[in-house]
Amino acid sequence: MENENVKKIMHVLRHAPHGTIYTYEGLEMILIMAAYEQDLSVVFIGDGVYALKKGQDTSGIGIKGFSKTFMALDGYDVEKLYVDRVSLEERGLTEDDLIVDVEVLDAEETALLMKEQDVIIHH
Amino acid sequence: MLHTINKSPFENNTFETCIRFLLPGNPVLFIEDGVYAVQSGNKFSSTIERVLKTNPVFALRPDLDARGIGALAEGVETVDYEGFVGLVEEHQVNSWF
Amino acid sequence: MKIGILLKEGPYNHQASDTAFKFAEAAIKKGHTVDAVFLYNDGVTNVTKLMDPPQDDRNIAARWSELSNKHGVEILACIAASKRRGINDDVLVEGSAITGLGTLTDIAIRNDRLVTFGD
Repeated sequence: MENENVKKIMHVLRHAPHGTIYTYEGLEMILIMAAYEQDLSVVFIGDGVYALKKGQDTSGIGIKGFSKTFMALDGYDVEKLYVDRVSLEERGLTEDDLIVDVEVLDAEETALLMKEQDVIIHH
Repeated sequence: MLHTINKSPFENNTFETCIRFLLPGNPVLFIEDGVYAVQSGNKFSSTIERVLKTNPVFALRPDLDARGIGALAEGVETVDYEGFVGLVEEHQVNSWF
Repeated sequence: MKIGILLKEGPYNHQASDTAFKFAEAAIKKGHTVDAVFLYNDGVTNVTKLMDPPQDDRNIAARWSELSNKHGVEILACIAASKRRGINDDVLVEGSAITGLGTLTDIAIRNDRLVTFGD
């Protein structure tokens, strides 16, 4: 039986990191919701894919880096990480450029996942 | 699933991104600066026309009025805030911004 | 229907706060329960009573306060986001409170809808 205290919540990360705080505070929200054992998925669309790019070094801009936190999501049982194929390709990136293992999805596959959700939050 | 879009398509690719993720039948509601997309005869009219073949398209009337947009692409319906709530009654919400 | 609102932008700079308010009003008018407005990112600055716009403009903090008093809508600012932006209990407008992201999770669980407004 479905547990009514567990909702399917999708977080859509659409901003590049550092330029705005949306991705970082989005990640904070994801971690708390994970601690509350919700059925989470995280989708990276548009500039959101840059959040996962390897080799980020923020020491020169005076902002705390957080790309490694994405590697910790697994430990919080947040295992459903999806990247939009078009967004990745448009930016000349491949899965090898990303710091975590993700599933690359076509838009239609993501749309079908969106359809299943109780809540969708864009960051 | 109701998709809302609040960005002008001339400034931002939110509209073009969002429509890649529409399933047939999903309503699309333009709000705030998003409503500029549905003014008739602009460069997005053909895209709106294409979306309308598979999805109902709405625009928030008070946002159109606030921006002086009278002539809408054919087939676009308008709603007020209560109409917005009505769409939310029927669908989960996916707010794109 | 029970509706929660997530507001991710501050007042005035973006229309998000105004749209969220109009949406909440319309939902209440239609007989729905607006359970809570959760403020995140710069959204937490919606509820500082230090806000003092010109007389002929809307006072966004006061408007949220009134919504809370009249209709029992919880107006909740995220603590982590508030601390970053200098929002604490001393500056909160009446009817608002500071809480954690766990509360947002509860709001997502207990409502039929969670509607996000942002920019």
